[in-house]
Amino acid sequence: MNPRARWHPWAMLAPTLLLLAGFFLLPIGVAAFESLYSWDLLTPPRYVGMANYQALAAHGALLQVALRTLGYSAMVVAGTMTLGLGLALLLDRPGRFFGFVRASVFSAYVVSWVAVALLWMWMLDGNAGIAGTLLRALGAPRVALLGDPAWALPALAVVGVWKLTGYAMIVFLAGLQGVPRSLLEAAALDGAGAWNRFRHVTMPLLAPTAAFVATTSLVTSFQAFDVVRIMTQGGPARATELFVYAIYEQIFLNLSVGRASALTVVFFVLLLAVAALQLRVWRMRGSER
Amino acid sequence: MSGRGKGLPLLLLACVAAAAWLVPYAWMVVTSFKTLPEIVAHPGAPLPEHLDVGAYREVFATLPVARYMGITVFMAVTIALAQIALALPAGYALAKLRFVGKRWAFGVVLACLLVPAQATFVPVFLLFAKTHVVNTMTALVLPFAASALGTFLVRQALLSVPDEIIEAARMDGAGEWTIVYRVLAPMLKPTLVSLFLVSFVFHYNDYFWPLVMTTDDSVRTLPLGVALLREQGTGVRWHIVMAGNVVLSLPVLALFALAQKHLVRAVSARS
Repeated sequence: MNPRARWHPWAMLAPTLLLLAGFFLLPIGVAAFESLYSWDLLTPPRYVGMANYQALAAHGALLQVALRTLGYSAMVVAGTMTLGLGLALLLDRPGRFFGFVRASVFSAYVVSWVAVALLWMWMLDGNAGIAGTLLRALGAPRVALLGDPAWALPALAVVGVWKLTGYAMIVFLAGLQGVPRSLLEAAALDGAGAWNRFRHVTMPLLAPTAAFVATTSLVTSFQAFDVVRIMTQGGPARATELFVYAIYEQIFLNLSVGRASALTVVFFVLLLAVAALQLRVWRMRGSER
Repeated sequence: MSGRGKGLPLLLLACVAAAAWLVPYAWMVVTSFKTLPEIVAHPGAPLPEHLDVGAYREVFATLPVARYMGITVFMAVTIALAQIALALPAGYALAKLRFVGKRWAFGVVLACLLVPAQATFVPVFLLFAKTHVVNTMTALVLPFAASALGTFLVRQALLSVPDEIIEAARMDGAGEWTIVYRVLAPMLKPTLVSLFLVSFVFHYNDYFWPLVMTTDDSVRTLPLGVALLREQGTGVRWHIVMAGNVVLSLPVLALFALAQKHLVRAVSARS
């Protein structure tokens, strides 16, 4: 439709475009600019070229943060997808009981990360946590998971999985509604067992949903910060220093604007790479139809 | 498709799933009613000796809970309402109006979908620090007053509204703003309710942005306050932390119980 006046569309869009550009696009450019300077917030900034990037990359520190973040994301994505799909298949049944279980699982997605992180910190407490008590009853040795460099990151991933599985389950449940019952019944009449029906009917039809869940969970877990800040502060021995927490440390603990900006730029580039992957996957799913 | 003869194992599995999510909540509530000596002596006791509300008293004594809650709810409601108020005209222009530069404008909205606040907080913090906006409600609300997702969803919803409705309203002499807020908004009620709930819950729960945008108590939100309970407390005051957790989670869980259908639809509709 034609607008009544030429300026109408722009008046309607102006607040949104200005706020979005000002707070989401422009800052990336500013970060790229600041990343070329050394600035501690107190003395005047000094131009240093690529020195911030070089310092971050020295001894493979930057690569380690990136790989650690990817590792955390991989664990969270694998866990939420497996559990989310399993629970969706299990709970896609009528009745109040199954509805209640679905709501219980999903509720964790609605509760604050703060509450979830603190609750799991208490459950994983080395001395008095019930998780440790339970594991010891099964014969495991006494370990403070969050204090152990080998176990801290997987422990955080477990918390992430607990928080996000409800989301994956809900999206898979929506996807399951798109699997025609008649197709499954026809397969059953042809003698296909439950596994074969799942493998050859449900799974191919769920592939686009799975791709969506995988990429959105990847983006979400890549930005993880709250669990780190609350449960481990990046420790022990940097074992849980994820990307956003590394940026936070640079600016608020080291007062290094330049390095924080350089990390921000790298973080943004990695996010773009993930987004490109996302787009590719969604295109693929589009062409399959 | 109902599992003939395998009902019991399925039921048991479902019970295990329910337990995996409900036992932690139960543990949080149980712990909050214990006392410090109990936690030290029998940390794994499934029930408190008696319902002791000392931990809650301690939470309310340490934190200005009502003020933090007020700040948090005000912030979340303001953000959610602003997002709806701005997304409606923007979505209308993108979905219904023909003008030069539309693709470009829509491109900006789509690009912003990809940028999380975690990638912008360093420059935004510097800007706010320079302009003395840190530690104000503005710092918490303004960056989120416009929502790329909200604009996108409103545009999508408006695409399926027939042009005739708008033409008829124009014939009746309605101005463009009346059309947006009085004619179209009521038709988009399900979308707007979902948008409000998702936005409210996200910002009520948010820890990251209030953490980086505040350095003192002036606009501290409840999630920050509850996290502080843990940071201030040395060692094993877990009953107090869990009581804070209950206070923080109860409003969202109540909202979830009331508006479960909307929230679930909002999450699954995005796929």
